[in-house]
Amino acid sequence: MNNGDAENLTSEQKKQLKKERRKEKNAQKEKHNIPSKPEGEEPKIEKSKAELRAERRAKQEADRAAKASKKSDQVAANTKQKGPRVPANIQSVINLNKTILKADDPKVQKKAAKKLEKQQVPQRTEGQKKVALFSHLHQYERSLSITKNIGFGKNAIHPAIIRLGLQYAEGTVTGSNARCAALMSAICKLISDYETPPQKELSRHLESKLKPAISFLDQCRPLSVSMGSAIKYIKLQITNIPTGMSDSEAKLRLIKSLREFVHVNIVLAGEAISGYACTKITDGDVVMVFGSSSLITKVLCDAHNAGIKFSVIVVDGRPKLSGRGTLRKLCRVGIKCSYVLVSAASYIMPEVTKVFLGAHGLLSNGYVMGSVGTSMVAMAAKIRGVPVIVCCEAYKFCERVQTDSFVNNEIGDPRDLLVQNKSELTSPLLTNAAWEETDSLKVLHLTYDVTPPDFVAMVVTELGKIPCTSVPVVLRVRSLET
Amino acid sequence: MEQFLLDLKQEQFNGSYDLAYKTINHLRKLISQTRWTHAQELMNTIKKEGKRMITAQPSEYVVGNMVRRVLKIIREEYVRLLGESEESANKESLHKMLTAEGNERDDHTKPLKELKTTVIEAVNEYIDEMEASIHNISAQAIEHIHSNEVILTLGKSRTVEAFLKQAAKKRKFHVIVVEGSPLYHGHELAKSLASKGIETTVITDTAIFAIMSRVNKVIIGTHSVLANGGLKAVNGAHMVALAASHHAVPLIVLGAMFKLCLLHYSDIGGSEATFNRLASPQEVLDYYDGGTEELVNVQIYSPTFDYVPPELVTLFISNIGGNAPSYMYRLLSELYHPDDHVL
Repeated sequence: MNNGDAENLTSEQKKQLKKERRKEKNAQKEKHNIPSKPEGEEPKIEKSKAELRAERRAKQEADRAAKASKKSDQVAANTKQKGPRVPANIQSVINLNKTILKADDPKVQKKAAKKLEKQQVPQRTEGQKKVALFSHLHQYERSLSITKNIGFGKNAIHPAIIRLGLQYAEGTVTGSNARCAALMSAICKLISDYETPPQKELSRHLESKLKPAISFLDQCRPLSVSMGSAIKYIKLQITNIPTGMSDSEAKLRLIKSLREFVHVNIVLAGEAISGYACTKITDGDVVMVFGSSSLITKVLCDAHNAGIKFSVIVVDGRPKLSGRGTLRKLCRVGIKCSYVLVSAASYIMPEVTKVFLGAHGLLSNGYVMGSVGTSMVAMAAKIRGVPVIVCCEAYKFCERVQTDSFVNNEIGDPRDLLVQNKSELTSPLLTNAAWEETDSLKVLHLTYDVTPPDFVAMVVTELGKIPCTSVPVVLRVRSLET
Repeated sequence: MEQFLLDLKQEQFNGSYDLAYKTINHLRKLISQTRWTHAQELMNTIKKEGKRMITAQPSEYVVGNMVRRVLKIIREEYVRLLGESEESANKESLHKMLTAEGNERDDHTKPLKELKTTVIEAVNEYIDEMEASIHNISAQAIEHIHSNEVILTLGKSRTVEAFLKQAAKKRKFHVIVVEGSPLYHGHELAKSLASKGIETTVITDTAIFAIMSRVNKVIIGTHSVLANGGLKAVNGAHMVALAASHHAVPLIVLGAMFKLCLLHYSDIGGSEATFNRLASPQEVLDYYDGGTEELVNVQIYSPTFDYVPPELVTLFISNIGGNAPSYMYRLLSELYHPDDHVL
């Protein structure tokens, strides 16, 4: 019964509205048909129009109020249905992954593009012929320039950052420690050149200056775990600046803390790890290493300088062939070396007594994220019962969890796998032309892979020798310290 | 003959099929052109030639297979012409061994007029069977590949190429081709498959473990099949097999019957090495980089073959059908006579 009344009322209201609208229309029609109206009538019509306008405005506001109340009801209902709150650290991870792993979601890409535009960071164009399995990741090609349309000026990105970004994109600066150290020195330059504009506070404004810089670096090459850890530290340092401090003092303090970060977490940690790891190498050992890791090279050189007699087998993989750099460094020091490609790792494994691997990052569930091919060597070693020792600094531990190499990875330039020199006509490798012409032919250049913890015997960090699964413990200890 | 031996020594042949074909043609020429009076004399000639060929390149088992197969053919034809049933002649029953006093064993010295023609006919039949083996194997393709599968393969094998192309006529699936360092023939296979419209992706050797979680089947070819069911396959196959077994992905091996050999795996190195041969290190680290003063003392290994133990193989598909690796040794008795095991 009540509903019926309500309907009648609303229908009555509707009729009223219709009448009013018809009046307006007629009034307007009259106005148009008789362009020259007598003055007396105009104000009348106008007045009625003004009244109508006021009525309309009142109606709109009433509607808006009704909608707002409806929304709040809905939101209240939703929050009631959500159940337990999402903890803060998971929320941060979810937020982080909202843009990173969604290269195939057009909405997310639009948002990201807008954000980059606001920050005046050029957006990198995607490469062609993406592999379907990895369509959720970005694929860039080196030949498509990022800095072609970059601007200069007061609000543009600092040139040290541009230089660093290009070094990352071209592959001049590689290796997680090197990238982190280079990042810190570029940020130090940015801070020393920075001037707080009047009316603004250093801690707030500097962070907003850092954001476009980080976005640009991310466009050049996705941030590594070590860089992520460094950036978190920088942000923490900036927010911890006491409010009374003068600009120059604050800047000096920041620069000092950043330099200290590099010194403590990379240099000193390296010394500690080297000390622990050298106890694991004995005379007559045949040590296998994969690719290039600054830490592993240091460990082996230190062990050799300490007088331990051992030989090394360097395993390498295309297309980076970074093992050749390790080979040169070790031969220079005088270590007896052998060199194989990863396909022959199981052939040579009967000779090996220990495997030392470097890591790009250690995940919270114990998986080791390293350059692609690390898992192959670890697998071959596990089958023959050869112990695998991973050396990794503690700042590279991250809260992410991953079980396969698909969800979170970096796709490199596919042209790296094709023929490089035009002179090699007899090479069986695909040519650029062949790759571009055939539609159904794709080339995949992965950068990282994850090794399951059951392949790894021990992880050596500056905090000691721990099993792979103790990573969350270390993370907790470190977060309590800061 | 000399040219053939020289080719063997210098490894101038593409693939085991090519070598098997050349070997058996050579043996057929030998049968038709040399003068012999009875079967034993023919077998001795073939054994002598065979030994020369095997010593020229001991790591190519296919040569030995062909020689032994021809010997078996000769024995069979001889026995058939004599009128005895094949089965009773071949059966080495306990009763026979006890009652035979050494002299009763037929030494194949009866001269038979039609022996030459029948042997050559049988050899021709065998060559035809060999030529059709790829076709027979790929005819089974449709039974093993279903729609939307992701198949991983390594390097370039003619058998696998024909197999996948045959399946692609009816089914739509994805192929991931591993490059296969250090020769990188995988690129050629990928180009050939993609030209037929098959969705192909090329990956490096380093990414095998990373990709394997998404693969449904691994299909590879092999150079030879050993007597215990293990494989002598191209370098890199063992890593693929290990990754497949870790992710519980079935490993299917395609190989014609002429690849099945009597030998077992041996990892003797040095001058007596028969299983593996080390290729030029140029492919791994070329002289421009590796010849510099600081790297001149580096040992570079470039093995050609890999041993894959039979536990890692799920299924063998040959021209006579599919078999489990544990059954392969039984097929040996059909192909080769026990007296020929040692030439």
